[in-house]
Amino acid sequence: MTQNRSWIPYLLILPTVVFLGLLFVVPLIQTLWLAVSDNGVPSLANMQTMVRDINFGRSILNTFLLTLAVVPIQIAMALAMGSMVSKVNGGRETILWIWTIPLGISDLAAGMVWLSILQNTGYLNTLLFSMGLIERQTAWLTYQTPVALFVGIAIAEIWRGTAIVMIIIVAGLNQVPKEFKEAAEIFGASPWTRFTRITLPLIRPALQSALILRTVLAFEVFAVVYALGGRNFPVLVGEAYNWQNQNQNYSVAAAYAVLIMVISLAATLFYLKVIKVDPERLP
Amino acid sequence: MTNIVIDNIRKSFGPFQALKDVSLTINDGEFVSLLGPSGCGKTTLLRIIAGLETATSGDISIGGRSVIGLPPKDRGLAMVFQNYAVFPHMTVYENVAFGLRMQKADEARVRKQVEKAAGLLHIEPYLDRYPNKLSGGQRQRVAVARALAVEPGVLLMDEPLSNLDALLRLEMRTELKTVLQSAGTTTIYVTHDQTEAMGLSDRIAVVHDGRIEQVGTPVEIYNHPATRFVGGFIGNPPMNFITMPVLAGQVAIGSESFSVPTSSGDIVLGLRGETVERAPSGQGLEMQVRVAEPMGSHLLLTGSILDQPARVILPATETVRNGETVGLTLDAKRVTWLSPEDGVSYPAAA
Ligand SMILES: Nc1ncnc2c1ncn2[C@@H]1O[C@H](COP(=O)(O)OP(=O)(O)O)[C@@H](O)[C@H]1O
Ligand SMILES: [Mg+2]
Repeated sequence: MTQNRSWIPYLLILPTVVFLGLLFVVPLIQTLWLAVSDNGVPSLANMQTMVRDINFGRSILNTFLLTLAVVPIQIAMALAMGSMVSKVNGGRETILWIWTIPLGISDLAAGMVWLSILQNTGYLNTLLFSMGLIERQTAWLTYQTPVALFVGIAIAEIWRGTAIVMIIIVAGLNQVPKEFKEAAEIFGASPWTRFTRITLPLIRPALQSALILRTVLAFEVFAVVYALGGRNFPVLVGEAYNWQNQNQNYSVAAAYAVLIMVISLAATLFYLKVIKVDPERLP
Repeated sequence: MTNIVIDNIRKSFGPFQALKDVSLTINDGEFVSLLGPSGCGKTTLLRIIAGLETATSGDISIGGRSVIGLPPKDRGLAMVFQNYAVFPHMTVYENVAFGLRMQKADEARVRKQVEKAAGLLHIEPYLDRYPNKLSGGQRQRVAVARALAVEPGVLLMDEPLSNLDALLRLEMRTELKTVLQSAGTTTIYVTHDQTEAMGLSDRIAVVHDGRIEQVGTPVEIYNHPATRFVGGFIGNPPMNFITMPVLAGQVAIGSESFSVPTSSGDIVLGLRGETVERAPSGQGLEMQVRVAEPMGSHLLLTGSILDQPARVILPATETVRNGETVGLTLDAKRVTWLSPEDGVSYPAAA
């Protein structure tokens, strides 16, 4: 009886497998092939075109710099926010809800929000002008002001993407029974020691997930950058977009896509290795 | 001298009063249990002593020094939590060493203290393991070793045995008593298990509804409960309470007459089930037996006395049939008389 029905689980899983196969694996293979072929023949020509392009080096550098600036700050902020909110008794849900508002906004819309703040006629200049700090409109988002542009983009990205990190961290913090921290406190651990010696090791799984998710998303940054900097701040996905739409060269765009995927996979492997999660050492 | 003086402690959570004016003095080296049903405020009191919770009002001093406002680490105490709170990401050795590391003790002292505590609790074989590999009883030992390793003046324990199975609980109870006696630490032990409290304590403070109802040695509390609550909470079976009419300062029981501390109205007889003897037939206090259960070591009778529920214990050699009426002889020295109005007992007869 049971043996006759052993195909049922497979039947139930089938739709998702077919769905993923059609919409993920097939395009993935097509993209890979597109990247490493030329007129149907295996070739590295697209890769060479990509690497020789003047924006290639800058887009890699910008993407990595942005990731290196944004991810640690987001993790640190999420840890601080999560720790603070865990001390709050009343209004906890409201605070979390407000903090997660940016999650509900598409990244392009988020870019537009920050554009309205940072552009020449934006709120920032208006504020600085009314305070007498600047005498006329200042441009922040041009290629002549790379540091300001970078900072502006980083702030917008941090604003937009911290909530998802915080949700994962808060979920992790909720898993740590308060007795651990209290026991440490009784035995003389300072708040900082409790955080580093007790809390952090116990939220390793959440930390690992948050880092992987956030880093992969950071390598895919595009809409916010495009809204604020246009082509003044080339990033990897932006270049893929340009090759696809402006240059109509799908093969070089595919080469970029493959590069981004390889970097993301490498980052994921890096985190899995560096932040090992040993289930035996968890509560 | 690490005595503890708890002075008029009150604690409110919003409108709810968890502790209503609690006072208790614990002598140096004494083992005192806070015994009471779940939700009566035992943990809250312990956490206030530890400094994990702040009292709404009142004072606590440890070793003659008020500790109100001091953080836990400056109170010279250690604590064993109900669910052990043994750190899962540290080896047993590092768990036991934790308090010493926080005190920045040198490596030689850490090793010496860890080995000593581990030896007392027989956990030397597990020092290199992680707690997840250990059973509940072993984790329990690690938690106690961690507390003893810092040689605290005061040891606080919150239901440390409640998560263990019955057999292990008995074993750990005996062992705790041996270990703590040799350590000579002033100990406050929270439990809802009366046998644990009776077996371990020098004195017991019975907590009920945010108040301490009675403080005394296990024998005092057992024999002369201060209130109906204490008598009913302690002892298995619990104390029987039989309301009886008083005539001219006397209560008539069978052919006998007992003088009681009030002259008229009603009085409540507090009767420990095992203090009675079977009277010759037709004499004594009549009990209608509903069920007689031979327990091997004794015979447990459940039924009613003067139409009020009662449970008594007779020697295993007696035979009683279900539905039979038996007469019971009371020992005037071993009964407690209580006021029917407030359930407070009259002072024991001299
Ligand atoms: N942080 C808190 N907030 C509100 N009520 C609490 C809190 N802690 C304990 N209480 C209440 O105080 C009472 C006593 O709790 P507790 O001391 O834990 O009891 P026990 O340890 O004797 O079982 C309970 O009714 C409990 O619900
Ligand atoms: Mg409790």
